[in-house]
Amino acid sequence: MIPYPFNYRRAGSLADAEALLRASPDGKLLAGGQTLIAAMKMRLANPSDLIDISGIKELAYIRVANGAVAIGAATTHFEVMACAELRKAIPALAHLASIIGDPAVRHKGTLGGSVANNDPAADYPAAVLGLGATVTTNKRSIAADDFFTGMFSTALEDGEIVTEVAFPIPHSAAYKKFANPASRYAMAGAFVAKLQDGSVRVAVTGAGPCVFRVPAMEAALARSFTPDAIAEIAVDAGGLNSDIHGSAAYRANLVGVMARRAVAEAA
Amino acid sequence: MAVVSMTVNGKPVSLETEDRTLLVYFLREQLRLTGTHIGCDTSQCGACVVHVDGKAVKSCSLFAVQAEGAQVTTIEGLAQGGKLHPVQEAFRDNHGLQCGFCTPGMIMTAVDMIRRNGVMDRDTIRHELEGNICRCTGYVNIVSAIEDAAKRMAPGAARSAA
Repeated sequence: MIPYPFNYRRAGSLADAEALLRASPDGKLLAGGQTLIAAMKMRLANPSDLIDISGIKELAYIRVANGAVAIGAATTHFEVMACAELRKAIPALAHLASIIGDPAVRHKGTLGGSVANNDPAADYPAAVLGLGATVTTNKRSIAADDFFTGMFSTALEDGEIVTEVAFPIPHSAAYKKFANPASRYAMAGAFVAKLQDGSVRVAVTGAGPCVFRVPAMEAALARSFTPDAIAEIAVDAGGLNSDIHGSAAYRANLVGVMARRAVAEAA
Repeated sequence: MAVVSMTVNGKPVSLETEDRTLLVYFLREQLRLTGTHIGCDTSQCGACVVHVDGKAVKSCSLFAVQAEGAQVTTIEGLAQGGKLHPVQEAFRDNHGLQCGFCTPGMIMTAVDMIRRNGVMDRDTIRHELEGNICRCTGYVNIVSAIEDAAKRMAPGAARSAA
């Protein structure tokens, strides 16, 4: 499969990437490319220019400090799962990174690429929303609750580049996903976190058109952080995804199952 | 079009290619290294796995220009001096292939996982193989071959090599 022609540009720095992006209105940023290149091969995407930001050193780091784990946007899934300091601070996040795609995908795919793409079944959005992380761009900081706006859409504006995601270190957290056996994308995945202030967040990916929170579960878990506390909470199947892999009702049930398993692990 | 330079199996190469040329086509059609296979159009099958700067990647999901300056290893680069790599030997000894189409990708993935993990249990090997599909469904012997190869390559193993 051969993509449409485009011009490849390698950005050496963030400033370089900004300038290249300004100069090509129909250009796209290339991070790990594990979604974009597949889409280009199918000719579903046709950018005039690809601005490769994967080699920008200032965007590849993991810093654990001040109660948070800050990860540069160009950090690969493999680097996240392999970082001992991160695994100690937020084991659920390291685990999430370790079950994205497959080893070859994890060697290339990046945190920034995943959150900017906001695939309905991607794993990272669940952690970003479930931990109440902050997405930083070259222009501003955006709270997780404001960042994911719909299927493949985010609050990012033209020319905006994700530079970092900062995850607060929770009291405890866990991520459970029911993966499609072929693609490894989530049929339903639940990221459950009990934060340091005692509040609880439950974020669900794969089940709907966009990652979402389940306030009824969060309230019940804030009172009692046990699987039983949410056993009777049904998730409305209205608006959930329905395809050859599973109906909306099936996914609604999976959300409850994954959330209970995540609570059992985190509790 | 641009001239792309990289090192493939230890040899420097420098060739003009389109920006949109995927690394797998660069290897197969411009360098005639046809051991790297294309088994799907969706980046899922893993038949095209090669190593770029020591890490397993799908060469169908990377443009050749992105590998500018990189060290690339393909299945053709594993055997040294006419002697098979221990993973290749283990695939032969354990009958780790049926039609053989997926084998180059399986072996490149296996070399990468053994380097990262050393000796592994079968469950770990199966998880590490998530990105490689064998449509003969010959997974049992593939897992056995990798398990065997990891043991052969472990430090102090009697038949250690490479």
